[in-house]
Amino acid sequence: MSSINAGDTAWVLMAGALVLFMTPGLAIFYGGMVRAKSTLNMMMMSFAAMGITTIIWVIYGYTLVFGPDTGHGLIGDFHNLGLANTVKEVVGAPGHEIPALAFVMFQLTFAIITVALLSGAIADRAKYSAWVLFVGIWITFVYAPIAHWAFASQSGKGGWIVDRLGALDFAGGTVVEINSGAAALALAIVLGKRNGFKRDPMRPHNMPLVLLGAGMLWFGWFGFNAGSALAANGVAATAMINTQVATAAAVMSWITYEYFRGGKATTLGAASGAIAGAVAITPACGFVTPLGALAIGLIGGVFSAWGVSRKYKFNYDDSLDVVGVHGLGGFVGMIAIGLIATKSVNELGGDGLFISGSPSLLGKQVIAAITVALFSFVATYLIATIIQKTMGFRVHRDIELEGLDTTIHAESAYDISSFTTR
Amino acid sequence: MKLITAIVKPARVDEIKVALQAGGIEGMTVSEAAGFGRQKGHKEIYRGAEYTVDLIPKVRVEVLVDDADLDRVLDLIVKTANTGSIGDGKVWVTSVETVVRVRTGERGSDAL
Repeated sequence: MSSINAGDTAWVLMAGALVLFMTPGLAIFYGGMVRAKSTLNMMMMSFAAMGITTIIWVIYGYTLVFGPDTGHGLIGDFHNLGLANTVKEVVGAPGHEIPALAFVMFQLTFAIITVALLSGAIADRAKYSAWVLFVGIWITFVYAPIAHWAFASQSGKGGWIVDRLGALDFAGGTVVEINSGAAALALAIVLGKRNGFKRDPMRPHNMPLVLLGAGMLWFGWFGFNAGSALAANGVAATAMINTQVATAAAVMSWITYEYFRGGKATTLGAASGAIAGAVAITPACGFVTPLGALAIGLIGGVFSAWGVSRKYKFNYDDSLDVVGVHGLGGFVGMIAIGLIATKSVNELGGDGLFISGSPSLLGKQVIAAITVALFSFVATYLIATIIQKTMGFRVHRDIELEGLDTTIHAESAYDISSFTTR
Repeated sequence: MKLITAIVKPARVDEIKVALQAGGIEGMTVSEAAGFGRQKGHKEIYRGAEYTVDLIPKVRVEVLVDDADLDRVLDLIVKTANTGSIGDGKVWVTSVETVVRVRTGERGSDAL
């Protein structure tokens, strides 16, 4: 193995573990938000994402994303099939080399959480076998290409967004956030609304779980964003403080917005604000100043708080608001880069409209965001429709009303009746 | 013998228990209940969506009493359960054929 930088390697190894921790956090965040009867199913969707994505990643997922580009900036080749040519390789800028396998692990955790995020859009009504199949297909045909476009930087010959267009996305505003938001919208439309949507109270059954999950996500997000520097350096530190600032700001802006709208600052609002802020800063965290991050967090929180109620207006049941939080938040971050990014923070970044006076970067950001949203929506819509028409993606109405935990998993989340626990 | 069934606000249960004990009543049964009356529901807000929760949590208190004690105990419960606001609940009385104490087999008033 060529020489590696121990400090950078240690940080990326740690960051991989931090990002993996986000997915059980998401399971808890989502699990608390659904009704008690389908809690385990909600959590199991995330755990399936961890299982299947890992298997695919090792066999062919990694090479599709990070293998040498096939020539058009669209997908990687099979150079790293079965993780071939990784064991003794290094990746990273000169002087900051880390083992390729540390990078493989770090990037795997991004793929896992992205597909896990989609489960929130179809809570309480998806057939588990169909979801398991969907995860594999979606990682292959939607995540892999988009991640290649925006993450596979290969000396100007890699993915078209990062290497040819030159749009900036530090930690996955397109790959993770806009992608999951657009795909979630497609899934919610294909599967249709839950029985009783808008009529029955579908309250979160356990708000403390939601807060715990939000806290785990907030914590893991430092690995997600600061880890994306792939080095233990100043840019990583910038990304870390920016993540904290934007997340905190969005907690306050979300609950302030709802206070003025409905007179109450809610727990779910605070938890949602944290996620919205972290989402919005994700693409921008390595390119803007902490004051810029403050603005992004404040705007992201309000924008998503407004956005989540659009589903009632447009009448789609994105049950846990993946579109409003991740989709819209991702757009806020991508557009913000085009406005306030500054090379004074990161010389590999760019200068936004307000810094340079030129709309060039903003234009690239818009192209990247819209292309990813469109591709993700259309491809996901096709995949979900094919599954729906063949094996069926949605459970029978009776199962949905009974709850998915006892019917599909033969378990229940809570056994607190005095009759049955003794 | 009579069975007094009272549906009351959960926050009043402890006071009712204390009042009954002070009044010499030696047994009560409580269970969780949910329902609606004139109080209707209350509103909860989740991510801006308002839900009306119309089945409100209440506690059902059941007390078996001798006919002679009925009015006194009834007053005790009603007075203690009353907060003056809507949703204080309801109390009703039914006649009971007989009562058996499981341990001794005593029947009727002796079993109370």
